[in-house]
Amino acid sequence: MNKQKLILVACGTGIATSTVVCKKVEDLIKANGINARIIQCKISEVSSYEDQADLLVTTTISSRNYKFPVVNAMNYLTNINPGKVDQGIIEALK
Amino acid sequence: MNRSIKEFLRRDLVVNNLEAKSAEDVFKKISPILLEAGFVEDSFFNGLVSREDKFPTGLSLGKYNVAIPHTDAIHVKKPIIAISTLKNPVKFNSMDGNGSVDVSIVFTMALNEPHSQIVMLQQLMFLIQNEDTLESMLKAKDSDEVYDIVSSFNYNCE
Repeated sequence: MNKQKLILVACGTGIATSTVVCKKVEDLIKANGINARIIQCKISEVSSYEDQADLLVTTTISSRNYKFPVVNAMNYLTNINPGKVDQGIIEALK
Repeated sequence: MNRSIKEFLRRDLVVNNLEAKSAEDVFKKISPILLEAGFVEDSFFNGLVSREDKFPTGLSLGKYNVAIPHTDAIHVKKPIIAISTLKNPVKFNSMDGNGSVDVSIVFTMALNEPHSQIVMLQQLMFLIQNEDTLESMLKAKDSDEVYDIVSSFNYNCE
């Protein structure tokens, strides 16, 4: 089995939109048999996971570059082309 | 704690045809109502402004756009959603940082528990994805009608 991946799901406050996105990402990794765990946090907390995380999924602006890929998940909220986000997440975890 | 959106709505926290010149102006008008009703702290207004500045909440949906301003839990006493339909759209910055969005309906969320209220949040997203519902909210004759539209919406999203 592959090493478990760590996905960060972040928004500005870590309260609202990241909660919705977390659920979507959970469903997505389950449906695709991806071995990953998810941490929900504020965008300001992301850097503390810099060395552990494999992917950041966020609804908000990520103002800096990280060592891992970043996928914007605003489309999960608007449901406009959510497949693009699905694809981005799956690609990033390959 | 998985409460339905209906439990976060109050008839007296719905304002229709709000006249506002900017996002900040919307916050200026909505914050005192939430404060008066006992849901937020004095600091809620400043919290909204600074959070919106750093992490904007405008969502582009097509015909009618919405914003879902909210702020850190320390400014909130009890969770609630205040709804305002705007007489004229005002500009909010887009959540993803790509420009601005002309927003017609503002759902101001006072939330104080991280990682929870998932059902309510999913229901709210489901509601805003329905263009016909947004249109009927904007055409409503008064705030009671707006409240009725949102609370009687079929949230069978899961």
